[in-house]
Amino acid sequence: MLNMIWGFFLIGGILVGAFLGRMDLVTNAVIDGGKGAIQLGITMAGVIATWSGILKIAERGGMIDILSDKMEPFLSFLFPSVPKNHKARKYIATNFVANFLGLGWAATPAGLLAMKELAELNQREKGTASNAMCMFLVVNMSSLQLVTVNILAYRTEYGSAAPAEIVGVGIVATLVTTLIGIVLAKCLEGREKM
Amino acid sequence: MKILILVSDFIIPVTVLLIVVFGCLKHVNLYEAFSDGAKEGLKTVVEVLPTLIGLLVAVEVMRAGGLLECMTNLLKPLEVALGFPAELAPLTLVRLVSSSAALGLLTDIFMQFGPDSFLGRVASVMMSCTETVFYTMSLYFMSIKVTKTRHTLFCALMANIAGVFMALILVERIFGR
Repeated sequence: MLNMIWGFFLIGGILVGAFLGRMDLVTNAVIDGGKGAIQLGITMAGVIATWSGILKIAERGGMIDILSDKMEPFLSFLFPSVPKNHKARKYIATNFVANFLGLGWAATPAGLLAMKELAELNQREKGTASNAMCMFLVVNMSSLQLVTVNILAYRTEYGSAAPAEIVGVGIVATLVTTLIGIVLAKCLEGREKM
Repeated sequence: MKILILVSDFIIPVTVLLIVVFGCLKHVNLYEAFSDGAKEGLKTVVEVLPTLIGLLVAVEVMRAGGLLECMTNLLKPLEVALGFPAELAPLTLVRLVSSSAALGLLTDIFMQFGPDSFLGRVASVMMSCTETVFYTMSLYFMSIKVTKTRHTLFCALMANIAGVFMALILVERIFGR
């Protein structure tokens, strides 16, 4: 699926660009896309390394164990195929909490580590997502962050009289989307060998 | 509002403080743990960098070539038929592929209609309850070389579509048009 989307973006982008006479812009995009990715990578490297370091302290201090213990019922419901006390649960718990608090940069390294652990647990053919992976990403992509501070900042900047008035609505909408994502994923995932 | 800004200023330092104090109490070798973690983190970034390059090139090409505009225009009549304001239609699709482009559209809406207008409020809520699906999926799945993603995309899109309509309905109910 990802292969198809990726190919579609490139092929479609270039063909439409040729049709609309925007090949100069497409040329720039090919060159700048890579540059932008490296610039983003440099920013990411610094922030992600820092958060990974901090999270390692939390892991060695046992803080992450406490966190995943507290979230145990929730995690067992979402990821029945992941054994209790497995590393994957700890990383998933960290990723969820970080997302919740709006610490996106801390959520990413924990999430990537969680995927690595889930890959080791995967009973399916190589290259196929397990139920746990699908669930983990669906929850991530249904937006977990309760208060999006940067949107509030933009609202303030553009002269809103009450920038935070949308916070309550935002929280309700976020919870509903996450719930819908979870229910759908649960319905579609089918049975999986444990 | 002031409290929220205060909280957002505090959240990162306080999180770091809590973790370090906790580690200290548990006699963790702090600096060593940090550098071990940082090393792992750097490795992760290097591993995902090729994916990131592919991702950004594809998104840039489709934006520059006009594919994104075409798709938005194709989708617009459908969204309008479902009661969605035409002005916000571009944001729904762009939000799925690029968060920086989506922020650009959001500020356009703020500039044109104001953040406290109906459209401004809906756009704000939409941005809070949706996610850059294409980016997240590529990054996470490609990092472990999973290409058969099964129902993930469908569920994520449904959650996001629900978010868009939730934003519209809730803002209309609570703040009025």
